[in-house]
Order: sequence, then C-alpha cells, then structure tokens
Amino acid sequence: MNAPTSSKANWKEFWETMKTDLTINTELAEKILTGFIRTELHRVGIRRAVLGLSGGIDSALSLYLSARALGPENVLAVRMPYKSSAPDTLSDAQTMIDDLGVQSLTIEITDMVDPLIQRYEDMDRTRAGNIMARMRMIVLYDQSAAFKGLVMGTSNKTELLLGYSTIFGDSAAAIQPIGDLYKTQVRQLSKTLGVPDSVIEKAPSADLWQGQTDEADLGFTYAEVDQLLYLLVDQRYRPEDCVAEGYAPEFVDQVVQRIRRNHFKRVMPPVAKLSQRTIGYDFLYLRDWGT
Amino acid sequence: MKIKIALAQFNTKLGEVQANLETHLELISEAKQKSADLLIFPELSLTGYVLQDLAVTTAIQPDQDDPVFNTLLDASRGIDLMVGFVHEDRRHRFYIASAYLAEGKIVHIHNKVYLPTYGMFDEGRFFAWGDSVRAFDTRFGRMGMLICEDFWHASLPYLLWLDGADILLFQSASPGRGLTADPRLSSSAWVEHTNRAYAGLFTVFVAHANRVGYEDGLNFWGGSTIFDPDGNLIVRAPDFETSLTIAEIDLNQFHRSRARLPLLRDERTNLVQSELERILGNHEN
Repeated sequence: MNAPTSSKANWKEFWETMKTDLTINTELAEKILTGFIRTELHRVGIRRAVLGLSGGIDSALSLYLSARALGPENVLAVRMPYKSSAPDTLSDAQTMIDDLGVQSLTIEITDMVDPLIQRYEDMDRTRAGNIMARMRMIVLYDQSAAFKGLVMGTSNKTELLLGYSTIFGDSAAAIQPIGDLYKTQVRQLSKTLGVPDSVIEKAPSADLWQGQTDEADLGFTYAEVDQLLYLLVDQRYRPEDCVAEGYAPEFVDQVVQRIRRNHFKRVMPPVAKLSQRTIGYDFLYLRDWGT
Repeated sequence: MKIKIALAQFNTKLGEVQANLETHLELISEAKQKSADLLIFPELSLTGYVLQDLAVTTAIQPDQDDPVFNTLLDASRGIDLMVGFVHEDRRHRFYIASAYLAEGKIVHIHNKVYLPTYGMFDEGRFFAWGDSVRAFDTRFGRMGMLICEDFWHASLPYLLWLDGADILLFQSASPGRGLTADPRLSSSAWVEHTNRAYAGLFTVFVAHANRVGYEDGLNFWGGSTIFDPDGNLIVRAPDFETSLTIAEIDLNQFHRSRARLPLLRDERTNLVQSELERILGNHEN
C-alpha cells in the first residue's frame, strides 16, 4: 500500500498496515528510567531535581518519573508563564503538582524578557520564542543552585532528532530521561504513569505564541513522523528504502534534511584542535568518571 | 559432587579500582558466609565498563606484587574467584581480562578476544585483542572463561568445549537495549537465548554474571544465570537489581546428560579440522 500524499483521513489506515510497532513495555521503561534518574543524581551526591513544568506532556512525563524516582518532596516543579501563555497550561500544571505532591514555584518571565523583546523593532516571534526559552533556562539553573537539585531535561527523541528546540534554552539540562522515547511512546508511558488525560490529549505546543502547535510548525503529525524516524534511525533504513515502503519522497527528504541540519543542537561545540590531546577528540571520559 | 556458584551483580564506580575492590571484598565475605565455592564477578568488575582514557590508568599487572591482586589472592583462600580487570601485559598492551583465582594463586587469565567496535561500542580503540582461548583445571573440574562479545561468537565456546571445559564461566557488562512491548529488553532475551543454547549444545554448565547500574545513559540489565547441561535454567538473578545470587550445581549431572545425549562423544573433530583447513586454505583473499 502506498502512503497517501494529501488526504489525512487515509493516514490512519496506512499506519495500521505498516509493520512498524512503537509499542513499549511501560513497566520496563519506568524501571529503567527511574533507576537512571536516581542513580545519575545520587552518584554525584545530589538527591533533588528541578524541572520546568509547562503543562505539556513531555515535562509532565519527566515530572512523574522524577517524583517516582526521587520522592515528590525532592522534586521542584517550576511554572514559568509569559503573559501570552495559554491559561489552561497553568491549571494543568497545578493539577499535576497537587496530584504528585511535589514542591512548586510560579515565576512569571514577562517582566524579564519583555525589555529585550521590546528593544528591537524588527523582533520576530521566533527570536522572541528563543528569548523566552533561554530565560526559562536561566530561571531553572538559578533554582537548581537554590534548591540543590539538578535540572531534568524534558526533550523526547522526536524533538531531539528534528531539532525542534532552542539550543541553550529548553534543550539545556543535566540529564535527559525521556530522550530515547518517541513522542508516541511518551504518550503511552504517560498514560500508565497517571498523567492527566487533559495533558495527554491536548495538541502539543511550545506555547511561545498564541495558537502555536508543534504539528502546524513542523508540517506533519507526530504519529506520521515517528514511524518514519523509527525506520530511518532505529532500523537503519536508507531514505530510498522508506520511499520504497510507500512514504512520500518529499516527506522523507524533508525529515532527513531536518535531522542533518539540526545536528548542531545535539553535540558539544567543536574545539579547534592544536595540541597533541584535545577535549572532544582524544581526551575521552564519560561524565560519570570517578563516580 | 555438588558445588555452589555465586553470581555477583553490582554498580561499579567508574575508574575507581580501590572503591570497587572494597565492594569485591564485601561480596566475597558474604559469599563465603553462604558457603559458596566459586564467586563470579561481571566484566571489568574492578574498573567499570566505558573506560575510554581511563583504560590505561586503571590497568593492573597481575601478580603478588600488585596490591589489588595481592588482596584478592588472599581473599581467594576458601573460595574460588573470577574477577574482571584491565590487564597490562609485560609489553604494556592493555586488555579487557578475566582472572580465575584460587587458594592464593592465579590459576588462569583470559584476555578478551572479540572487542566490539561498532554501534555504541568502542573497545577496539582502547584495548588490545586477546589472541588465545584455553580451558584450565580447577578443583571443580576443567573450565573456560569468556567475556561478553567473546560468547557472541560460537567459535570460542566451541573451542573451549573441545579443550575439555565442562563449565563455561561468562562475564559481561552488557548495556541494555531494545525496548519493545516485551517484558524484557531484546538484549537480555538474546543473551539468555544463546547461553541456554551453549549449555544444551555442549552439555555443559554455563554460568553468566552480568552487571547492573548505569554509566551515563547506559543501563546494565543484570539477569545473571546458570544453565545446566540439559539447557535448563537453574537460577536467574533479578534484572537491574544489585544481588548476590547463589545456586548449587550437581557435577554428577554430566554422567546423566551425556549418557542420554552423547554430543561430546560423537563430535567429529577430525572432520572439523579437515574442513577448516580446506576452507581457510582455499581462501583466495
């Protein structure tokens, strides 16, 4: 069966006939990921975590995993709304804070970012969105020092591969517990961990401006792209193999280019080599060195 | 004759030999209290696994003069030990290695022959390749030791079998991977599958110690096992949990298994030799 090129209605039938199955054993995922959070914090002598809670599903899943791994009293959820943030994000976040009993703070960023945003007449919404994402990073790292907790990443595999994030903004974190789960798998694990349905079911959004949704920004749905990413990345299909499997060539090309173009967000900045031994090339240690 | 084999699985401190040695001594003491005859540690149990540039700074020249080995040799009185370490040979090549210690003596050292250097693995960059595989005699019979990728290649267990090993001791630091709908990771299922196959195909005991814990984002899944010469599971340690798992094996089972299924008797080693000579001798590359 060929992938439909225009009609959205046919996609569902198409995916159902594909062999790719992204179903995960959620009990096993929870065991590995909570063990990861606990071990990687405790081995450096830290028992607490800080994370930004947007009201979306990714930060929700990271919060639920962190609370299970460390105990809710050791987790600080920080809500950082901007004046244009959708009101339901704050209430959804509060529902989760109450549900888990984690510690929480609300720090509005409007007064912090508006002076910079308003300084330039040609400011566009991408720049403004990046400023907000980086301001949230500053607030979280400040709370990290105050709360003595590490900043938990909330990026999933789909987002990391597509580069749908702000470098040194929402991508900044000490560890990335859900970075090897595709968005559709994030939904699956969130359900079994008790994340509220309203959070799981709402349209994913970076909420950087009113009415923004991930899927409108990206130009395809997560259900579509996760299947393709799984073939390209996990199963090592060549792009032409994906086309042979029925994916539209333009869609495959768009995704392949996007993965490559955004790789800079996934690596440390390269150091210009001069000496016999250079950080990143022949000075190689895991972060867990000595712990 | 029945013997008790203990399988240790724990999270190592990366590159901290002294701290890991302390853990070894605690587990040895516990295993002795529980009357174990042989205690198997996982791969690189004295150092941790993803060593990279730590390989050379954690290496040991194994003899009585080395304080770490001296301590372990002392501890090997009353219980045989298989430990994992970085072996620096006399010409300063660095190997991933296993040592079998008993009654204060080094009985055998195996240098890892197959170094995975693909995917997430980079062992060939940091370590030398071992170039031999030998069975060795212990007070419990003849054994052979292999390390992780060594037993992903059927040739090494086969050679040890022909060399007289009746008990295969495997150690690994196997990173967990392959999350699907199944209740175990693909990597756990695969390793257990092959270990069961070796036990049944060679009518030997296969004891495997795999570590637990994390190094950066890698998880190690534990699930250490012992299979008997009929391919039956004798014991399985818990997945992902620190544990010292002890089980008794009955060496008289060889008599029964091999009476029923004389695979060793019937193995046509001359045919293997002549065919290998033909295959390798005619190889045009």
